[in-house]
Parts: sequence; C-alpha cells; structure tokens
Amino acid sequence: MSKLLNVSSSPHVRSDVITSNLMGDVIIAMIPTAVYGVWQFGVHAALVLIMTVLSCVVSEYLFERLLNKPVTVGDLSAVVTGLILGLNMPPEIPVWIPCLGGVFAIIVVKQLYGGLGQNFMNPALAARCFLLISFAQKMSGFTLDGVSGATPLALLKNGETVDVAAMFVGRIPGTIGEVSTLALLIGAAYLLYKKVISIRIPGAYILTVAVFAFIFGRHDINYVLAQICGGGLIFGAFFMATDYVTSPITPMGQIVFGVLLGLLTGLFRIFGGSAEGVSYAIILGNLFVPLIEKYTLPVAFGKEGKKA
Amino acid sequence: MNKCIERLYNGIIKENPTFVLMLGMCPTLATTTSAINGLGMGLTTTAVLVFSNLIISALRNIIPDRVRIPSYIVIVASLVTIVQLLLQAYLPSLNDALGIFIPLIVVNCIILGRAEAYAAKNGPLESAFDGIGMGLGFALALTCIGLVRELLGSGSAFGFAIIPEDYRISIFGLAPGAFFVLAGLTALQNKFKMPSATNVEGNGSVLACGGDCMHCSGSACMANHATLETRRLQAEEDALKAKQAALAAKQAAVAKEQSELSEKLNKNS
Repeated sequence: MSKLLNVSSSPHVRSDVITSNLMGDVIIAMIPTAVYGVWQFGVHAALVLIMTVLSCVVSEYLFERLLNKPVTVGDLSAVVTGLILGLNMPPEIPVWIPCLGGVFAIIVVKQLYGGLGQNFMNPALAARCFLLISFAQKMSGFTLDGVSGATPLALLKNGETVDVAAMFVGRIPGTIGEVSTLALLIGAAYLLYKKVISIRIPGAYILTVAVFAFIFGRHDINYVLAQICGGGLIFGAFFMATDYVTSPITPMGQIVFGVLLGLLTGLFRIFGGSAEGVSYAIILGNLFVPLIEKYTLPVAFGKEGKKA
Repeated sequence: MNKCIERLYNGIIKENPTFVLMLGMCPTLATTTSAINGLGMGLTTTAVLVFSNLIISALRNIIPDRVRIPSYIVIVASLVTIVQLLLQAYLPSLNDALGIFIPLIVVNCIILGRAEAYAAKNGPLESAFDGIGMGLGFALALTCIGLVRELLGSGSAFGFAIIPEDYRISIFGLAPGAFFVLAGLTALQNKFKMPSATNVEGNGSVLACGGDCMHCSGSACMANHATLETRRLQAEEDALKAKQAALAAKQAAVAKEQSELSEKLNKNS
C-alpha cells in the first residue's frame, strides 16, 4: 500500500494545550496572592499553604495507587485544589484542619466521583464548606498583626463603614488569599491574557453582586465597592467559579451561571445570617451547571428556526 | 422452629433492611445523631414491627385484598400510638430526642414492606420472627451508624466522651454526616462482597462493557470491549455448532426412518 493514501482518523488539528499547562497557568496566577498573604500574615500562612498542597497531592497519589488507577498527580490539578483551599483558610488555623480539608477535597469530592473531570462540585470549595460547618469557630477567627478583628463584610453587616482603599490593597483581616484585591486582579489579568479563562463568568458574577448590593443594600458607591472588594468575591469569581469541570461550557450558559452566582451571593450576604456567601453560592451554582448547559446548548448549523 | 431461626438470620444479616434492602432511609438518616438514639429508634421500630406482622398475619384471611393497605395502616398506626404513649410515660428523654420520627413510624416502608411481602402470605409465628429479625437488623444498622457519627461528630460513644473537644468534626452530627457515614459503611460492605442493593449476586452486570466501573479508568475500556467481542464471537460459534449438531442429528434420524421404511417396503414387496 502506498503511504500517500493513508489518512489518520480525525482530529487532524491538535492544540498544544494540555491539563498540566492550564493548571500551571492557574498556579502562576495565584502566586501574587500567595506571596502577599504570606508577607502579611507571616510564616504560619506559608505553612498552611504548603500543608494543604501536600495533603491534596499525597492523598491523590495514595488513592490512585491503592485502587490501581493511573496516577494523575502530574496534571497539577491536585496542586491547584490544594492551593485554592489553602488560600481559603484563616491564617491562624491549626495545621491539621487544612490537611483534613485536603483529604476530603481530593478523596470524597474528586476521586470518589471518578477523578478530574467527573466531580460535580469544586473540590476546594466543598472542602472549605465542610470545614466551615465542622469547625465554625476556628474557621472564622481572623487576626491581623496579632489583633483579632471582624472582617470588613462583618462590619458592613453591622451597619458600620469601612476603608475601601485598605480593602483594595489588602490591609484587612480575612483568609490568606482573599484579602488583597490588587494581587488577585494581577493574577486574574494574567489568566485573561493567557486565555485560560474568559471574562464572562467573573464579569457577570461581579456585576450582578454590585447591582444587587446597590438595590437591596445601601445606595452608596462606597458600600458597593466594599462589597466587591470584600470577602472572597474577587477570588471566587476569577479562580473558583471559572473551574472548567464545574462551570458551563456554553457562552450563554456562562453568563447565566455568573448571574446566578451573583444573585445567590447577594442573597446570602445581605439577607442571610452570615456576612460571607461566596463559597456556598459557588457550590450551589455548581449543582445547576448541567441544567444550565442543557438549556443553553447552541443550535447546530442548519437547524436554526426549527423546533426540536 | 428452624424456619424461625432462618427468619432471624435473614432479617439481621442476609436481608438487612438498611444496608441490603436500603429501606427506611428517612429515619436512618434523621435519628442516628448518636448511638443511643439509633438504638432507641431501632428498638421502637422492632416493637411495632413484631406486633404489626403478628396481627396482619393472623388477619390475613379476613382482610379483603382490595382494602389491605388501609387496613395495614390502621393496624400499624394503632400500634405506633400505643408505643408513643408508652415512651412518653417511661422514656421521656428518648421521646424528646426522636420527636416527630416516632409518629412517622406509621409510614415506615420497612413495616409496610414486611406486611405486604411476608406477613400477608405466611403464618403468625414465622411473621413475628420475621419482624424480630428485621427489627433487630434495623436496630443494629442504626446503632452502627449512630456510633460512628457520635464518635466523629461529638467525640463520644454511648455518651462517654472519648475525643477532646478541639478534634471533633461537628458536620458528622448534622445531616450531611449521615450521608457520609451511610455511604462509607455501604462501601465497606461492598468491599467485603456482602450482598447489597448495589452488589448483584450471580453473573453480575449485563452492561455492554461488563459493568466493572470500579476497575475501569477509561483506558481499560478498549481492552474490555475487545475481550467482550471475542467472548461474543465464541458464544455465536458455539451456538452455530450446537445448531449444526442438532441438524445432523435430525438428518440422521430422518435417514434412519427412511432406511426403516425402505426395509419395510422391501419386505412387503
């Protein structure tokens, strides 16, 4: 047979993008935030970050080895999960709690459902909520420079005013990763520039929260800006809501998803019992993703105008 | 008497209502916040189950078929009322802990299920033992779940503190913990190949790929399908051979008949 006539089956055009590249970009984008968190909160914060990453990677490796599955530690997704979880921890937390969270995230939320691509919830956020319910006191005790204080959102909830400039730079108590809006935006700009994420989900999400806060909160631009910079909104919108596995792939669906997250977050923050609502909003939103995708499926070429 | 012991074994191990039949999930998840509560709920249900099975079995020839479900409900509801009044009088703390779930025993699917599946077809003595077996199986399962949840969630076992307060994972005392523990215990049961609702006995799954999702990580799929294909071809070949053999046998029989006929003809002529 002549070699000329042999054609391989499709796809013929391949992209160089593989999981480990994407995950590597996400890790690079989180470096400014991590560095800022460690600089502000000290060595213990670094220890928390290292231990969550280690616990995620080790539990993924052990689980896959014990079940004789191909080991997927090399795709860096466990590192990303660990880093996100670590950045969601208060800086003073005893180290064993984030480790428990890492094991929960990887084994219960990710691997038991079939590994990367099969989990229906963001593992890091599910683990954070698990820890938040289990250790409510330790998970919500925030300190800054050795002084424990309420987060800006808690102050807003009590009707006080806050310094938005300090919130933008990050001189506020909070979790390791959520405090500095500036550092988060640098990372987000990198992700947008590399086209790892699109602006649809974070844009729709943040805009909805802003509008919701303006309508149902206080009609005050300072308040709205504080709602955007405060809590995990920026971190959640750019790094957690855009997780490929647990967000819609259709462009229209991504906007619907962002608006849904914004409504839930606004609802939890302004009408709910706690000041913060991003984590719960995102994992609840994750559950709606299959439904959103079903109803926002683009019409195939040539089928326009016909009812299915 | 042997049959009665078999019923006990059946209820506690072989067809354990919680872990094997997966019945009565509502009280299982809701009342197992501690080992004592689980045990209390299990024994309360056992008491109702024994008497409901006994009464329904005794009345099984009197109750008309078309109104049997309402009749069962009336019998069970009367028994539950009695049990609840007794609990209020003698065990008020357990009554407070279980709350609404005691009246809800009326619609517990284990009780109606056993009435429909066993008591309505068998004699009173066997039915009563079936009730004891099922009830004890239920109580055992609830106590197990309650024990694990109590240990992890509030750091104690049957009320004795074991784990210091700092290391308690309170989510296990709440609703999600019930799902985690039930799933974990069921997974253990599957691991040890005990029969359960998800672990079919016999030749296993009839899925195209063999249904061994546990050990299939996607890459094994192709190999699996190839093996199945050869197996299918083998089966087809076997069927063909059998058909051919049957045909040959038939032909031989026809030939024999013909030869007999021709012999007869020869004789006649």
